[in-house]
Amino acid sequence: MTKPMQELPMDGTPGFALSPGALARIDALAARYPTKASALMPCLWVIMDELGWVPPGGVDLMVEKLDVTHARVNEVLTFYTMFRDTPQAKHTLQVCHNISCHIMGARPLIRHLEERLGVKLGGRTADGQFQIEGAECLGACGMGPCLQLGTHLYENVTPAKADALLESLRRGVVPRADTDREGVD
Amino acid sequence: MRSWRACAAASCRGPTPTGKGWTELNHNGVVGPSGPKLLSARFGRTDGHRLAVYEKEGGYQALRRVLGGMQPAEVQAVVKESGLRGRGGAGFPTGTKWGFVPQAAEQVYFFVNADESEPGTFKDRFLLDYDPHQTIEGTIISCFAVRASLGFIYIRGEFGWLIDRVQKAVDECYAAGYLGKNILGSGYNLDLIVHKGAGAYICGEETGLINSVEGRKGQPSIKPPFPAVSGFLKKPTIVNNVESVASVPWIIMNGAAAYRAFGTEKSPGTKLFSVSGPVKRPGVYEIPLGMPFRTFFNDVLGGMADGEELKAVIVGGSSVPVLPADEIMNCNLDYESLGSAGTMLGSGGMIIIPKRCDMVELIQVLMHFYWDESCGQCTPCREGTGWLHRLVKKLRRGEGTPEDLERIEHVCSGMAGLTICPLSDAAVMPMRSFLAKFRGEFEALIQDQTPVAAESRWPRGEQE
Ligand SMILES: Cc1cc2nc3c(=O)[nH]c(=O)nc-3n(C[C@H](O)[C@H](O)[C@H](O)COP(=O)(O)O)c2cc1C
Ligand code: SF4
Ligand code: FES
Repeated sequence: MTKPMQELPMDGTPGFALSPGALARIDALAARYPTKASALMPCLWVIMDELGWVPPGGVDLMVEKLDVTHARVNEVLTFYTMFRDTPQAKHTLQVCHNISCHIMGARPLIRHLEERLGVKLGGRTADGQFQIEGAECLGACGMGPCLQLGTHLYENVTPAKADALLESLRRGVVPRADTDREGVD
Repeated sequence: MRSWRACAAASCRGPTPTGKGWTELNHNGVVGPSGPKLLSARFGRTDGHRLAVYEKEGGYQALRRVLGGMQPAEVQAVVKESGLRGRGGAGFPTGTKWGFVPQAAEQVYFFVNADESEPGTFKDRFLLDYDPHQTIEGTIISCFAVRASLGFIYIRGEFGWLIDRVQKAVDECYAAGYLGKNILGSGYNLDLIVHKGAGAYICGEETGLINSVEGRKGQPSIKPPFPAVSGFLKKPTIVNNVESVASVPWIIMNGAAAYRAFGTEKSPGTKLFSVSGPVKRPGVYEIPLGMPFRTFFNDVLGGMADGEELKAVIVGGSSVPVLPADEIMNCNLDYESLGSAGTMLGSGGMIIIPKRCDMVELIQVLMHFYWDESCGQCTPCREGTGWLHRLVKKLRRGEGTPEDLERIEHVCSGMAGLTICPLSDAAVMPMRSFLAKFRGEFEALIQDQTPVAAESRWPRGEQE
């Protein structure tokens, strides 16, 4: 559950606003789950999906909507690796470094990415574009090494494939994930 | 060290029909022409996730049969007779577990455990990706069998792409009347929620999973009470692995005896194995339990990739003891044979370790993982995993002493069986077995006193 090293939020509490659609989804989830508190994770995901992180205002919103304490929300927010309580880089590359990927070359891949981006694992580029993190198994062990970018999973990642990925992201295009089979269909 | 597999190209991508009694596929979906396909019939296809396709191939007939007149107790009995054992790791008989739900319970919950975070394991992902309806049908039948009115499929957050697919399949089911109120006119009501995890291995542990859905940290609870008696919201709750649940429709349609025709007396049926590491054909395979490892390795996996030699195998996911090549070669792939060899079938996440790998380096990778994923509640686990990780790192810095090996043993004995959940044991089993089976590599580091190159000393990019 390693959280990457991150800067603290900027001075002052950033403004917080959710779209009407997101607010409606939160209300629907609170009604659908057997208790309001049990809807906490999916509601945090609604905020994550919209903003990429959960600002303090999001915590307040959960307290208000789900009848839970601040402590409970913060506890959940910080326990899970994928919930973020600080703003994130535009693209966060999560490279699996667990055993199967390690055997198949995760370490050289990480080193390659570190060199290309000029940051160490856990770090973020100065322009805020990229961040590289280690991940503990992405469920693609037989297709390792692999890396994840949001909901995009890339498998059998060679340095050349990683370069092509970075190049494409710089052009603003997210390449098709290896798990995306809809196009084939 | 060979850094890069040649993109797994030829070995992983081409069709490799075998006709020898197993189903095989890899990510691009290669399915062998014959062999038991109780679970993997639609693996590797581009259309198998669709309701219409699933129905055309016999899908939801088992549900129709169940709701067309079977009693929950009858469903439980068939599954019990089949001898199906839980595929999430512990191998507990599924039908027996269902029987623990108190008869008088008014509200029962059912959870499908698709957290699948055990390193080396990626079979449930294939089940849900290629054939979500099979798992959903199994879930509805399982819910009926324990009289649950609300079910959850808990999918790890990293599988974002998969969650969308499963949600679509669930939506299709609601539209077709397989979920919701009065299913197929039977009077049975069931809601099914797809719940997205957020990155915590410990949420795969059943009580951790339940706490997570209650909107808490995914920390395990002390048992007893067992969830079957007091689980989600203090109500009886059953947690089953995806593969366990996905096996149910076939068992209902074909009967317990037909299921028992596969496998062995104590390990009936077929099982999915997910294979990673430098073999010719890594991927997910369905085989009848009891197949000799040697056959599986040589004929199904095609042996090691070019230039690689087999050193050791972790057969059931990273938490089970490692076996050196010569020991695993004499095992059969079933619960009892692997048990008597000193390891476990676990989740079926088979990790193939080649000669070129340094076992101390690999155990460092694993100790980092368990240390990272310990939920922190129990002192032996929280402190022990970190301590083991630091001891292994010390050896690799060239600063180890013979006492450190004793200390590793000592720390392990302070961790095993002394905690709320088995994560602590899950760290101890690989640690102890790596040390027992490959002690020479640990001792060589101590004698040498030469630090492993800093670059390779931190295999994870982590800093001291
Ligand atoms: C640390 C830990 C992680 C686990 N992870 C998983 C998992 O990812 N998936 C799973 O099905 N079971 C996992 N289990 C096992 C579950 O606790 C539980 O035994 C299983 O889901 C029961 O299903 P089954 O009876 O169908 O096997 C884990 C157990 C522990 C101790
Ligand atoms: S054994 Fe470890 S993971 Fe399990 S409850 Fe205790 S501290 Fe948490
Ligand atoms: S070990 Fe890398 S995806 Fe599982």
